[in-house]
Amino acid sequence: MSFVLSEEQLSIQKTARDFARERLNVAAFRRLRDARDAQGFERGVWSELGELGLGAVHLPEAWGGAGLGYAELGLVLQELGRNLAATPLFGSTVLAAAVLREASASQPGLAALGERLAAGEQLVALAHEERPRFAPYAVNTRLERTPSGLKLSGEKALVVEGHVADQLLVVARSSGAMGDRDGLSLVLVDATSAGVTRTRLETVDSRGYARIAFSDVALSEDALLGKLGEGAALLDPALDRATIALCAEMLGGALEVFERTVQYLKERQQFGVAIGSFQALQHRAAQLFCELELSKSIVMEALSAVDEGRADVPLLASVAKARLSDTFLLAASEGIQMHGGVGVTDEYDIGLFYKRARVCELLFGDAAYHRARFATLSGF
Amino acid sequence: MSDASELEQFREETRAWLQENCPKSMRSKILDPTEEVWGGRNAKFKLPDSKLWLERMAAKGWTAPTWPKQYGGGGLSAAEARVLEEELKRIEARSALKSFGLWMLGPVLLEYGNEEQRQRFLPGIIRGETRWCQGYSEPGAGSDLASLATRAELQGDHYLINGQKIWTSHADKADWMFCLVRTNPDGKKHDGISFILIDMQSPGVSVRPIQLISGASPFCETFFEDVRVPKANLVGELNHGWSVAKRLLQHERALISKLRDDAPEEDETLPEMAIRLVNGGEPGPLQDHALRERLAQVEMDFLCNKLTLRRSSESIAAGIGPGPETSMFKLYGTELNKRRKELKVLFMGYQGLGWEGAGYTARELQMTRDWLRSRANSIEGGSSEIQLNIIAKRVLGLPS
Repeated sequence: MSFVLSEEQLSIQKTARDFARERLNVAAFRRLRDARDAQGFERGVWSELGELGLGAVHLPEAWGGAGLGYAELGLVLQELGRNLAATPLFGSTVLAAAVLREASASQPGLAALGERLAAGEQLVALAHEERPRFAPYAVNTRLERTPSGLKLSGEKALVVEGHVADQLLVVARSSGAMGDRDGLSLVLVDATSAGVTRTRLETVDSRGYARIAFSDVALSEDALLGKLGEGAALLDPALDRATIALCAEMLGGALEVFERTVQYLKERQQFGVAIGSFQALQHRAAQLFCELELSKSIVMEALSAVDEGRADVPLLASVAKARLSDTFLLAASEGIQMHGGVGVTDEYDIGLFYKRARVCELLFGDAAYHRARFATLSGF
Repeated sequence: MSDASELEQFREETRAWLQENCPKSMRSKILDPTEEVWGGRNAKFKLPDSKLWLERMAAKGWTAPTWPKQYGGGGLSAAEARVLEEELKRIEARSALKSFGLWMLGPVLLEYGNEEQRQRFLPGIIRGETRWCQGYSEPGAGSDLASLATRAELQGDHYLINGQKIWTSHADKADWMFCLVRTNPDGKKHDGISFILIDMQSPGVSVRPIQLISGASPFCETFFEDVRVPKANLVGELNHGWSVAKRLLQHERALISKLRDDAPEEDETLPEMAIRLVNGGEPGPLQDHALRERLAQVEMDFLCNKLTLRRSSESIAAGIGPGPETSMFKLYGTELNKRRKELKVLFMGYQGLGWEGAGYTARELQMTRDWLRSRANSIEGGSSEIQLNIIAKRVLGLPS
């Protein structure tokens, strides 16, 4: 794989950059936030994104995607991250789609849903997490077999785009105890089914999440994805991929907030000179530059590893997520500090990046979680 | 014939030549630094094969693969040199010659030297006959290098040199020094500096090794008392040596990251060492959770740094860069090396506290000394703070 972008990749990057700046910029995000928009994104812009071919660059052509890879998806997500663009791209087209793709290898019937998802016509969400901190196997939602079919009960704490999803991919326990990798099952649930209760969560990043309760939701046998009790085999690789993709969005946010800060250091005058001439600030900015360069490298490497189907994807996912969790937050908090008072005002954008960084940090495990996972995967 | 097939043919020939000419004992990573070959009048060859290997490589000009053939270089294109490097790596061939002449002075002579100087000095560098040291830093001019005060006064056909250099790596073993001297004491400090070549055997040159906290060091102090240096040894224009010096420093920073790549191999990875020492050989999670977290962070940063070096070299190969971001590799690489060395000492516990004598293995003593030596990494070759200044000003464009 190459760290140097190809012509085609540069062209995707430019299309995504131009579109995000034009239609999905921070001002657009603010409008949605301030209007307390129920959906949290604009359907029209979402369609335009799809029409440009940016919505599903990484999904297979058989589903109507562009048939490219995560390397290209990463370029799109980076540009969205630079603009705090609120779209269901990550939740539905990346996260839920990753699980669906794993499952569709043995269940061709899922292709129809894949097509609707790739086209952006239907939104799918992964309902997974139950604990306040990421713990992929800490699942208590129960899936039971009854004489009339399957029955689902439990509660999910934070479902990305769960408030607008048409279909929910629910991780449930069909056997074993909380924390076991074995005994997890995946079921596809219509979000409007009887017994499903959704609560829109209003989070610091003003993006779309829901808490979802399942109360004796009746499902037919064909709601099951993969084999009963073997859901982790579908979930694990999908989570690694989605984590890496999220890192690409985080990289975009970190780069944007850093570049804005450096610009501010050049413009803002104090004591009769630009504050960027002060060594205390220069050194902090230079340190941050190094952290960002390392972040770029690991994100590119991890995205390529997905495309190459490499065995070290889980390891690289952890390296990337640990680094980007730290770097995005550092870039944003240094950004606030270096902006001074204006940095903590709501009117100024920098704080919005900080809030997004905090949410991204905790999604799919923070740096501490991934350092520990990296150690385990490395055998120490 | 297409370029690609010509290159493939070159690869085959190179592979065959190496198969024939690289001694078996030269096809393994160096574990013992005293086996390295640095050349010079008093060259040391701990292994007889290393002398043979140097002679064969030098005869092909492959110690300096891309330098012109007329000076004894290999005359290879960049693509051919890359093939040679890959083929050397493939058989794990040892570096035939380590040399500041190859890495730092040579490129500068090719760019700034006159024809007479190139013919006079380059062949000796390529064949490993002349060992060079760098006379930059002075007691009053370390990070503020341009404050240097060593004086060179023109007196007819020679310069008379007086002053002192410090932190001169291997000055006690070098035959020649490339040196910055002040040729004009008036005017701005960056002007009036010249780049000159000094024979270390000249009367009036004396060298004193410096002992570091690690107990040894490659560094020396060099003193000049009325040293006469021929006018012909001036490289570039009089009083305009600063631009030559800066170019050479870029080569040096690129080299520092290369050296790290090429450093004597560690026989044990950090995680292996941690399992052995922290867990008493018991595989699985380290019993000390704080050390486990620190080790994970260091290992991850090491990987990211390695990937970034690769990204940079791919960009260079694609015709993008290099720029002042080489400062980043000096900065991050050395800071990371310090963190690694520190962790090793922590893993060793009390056994990491030994200085000499009974009670400690030679390996333990070496690791402890390596840790102490590593403290100099972020000072030598431009301190970390200087690298941060360069990144801030040259990469980020922050104002002065």
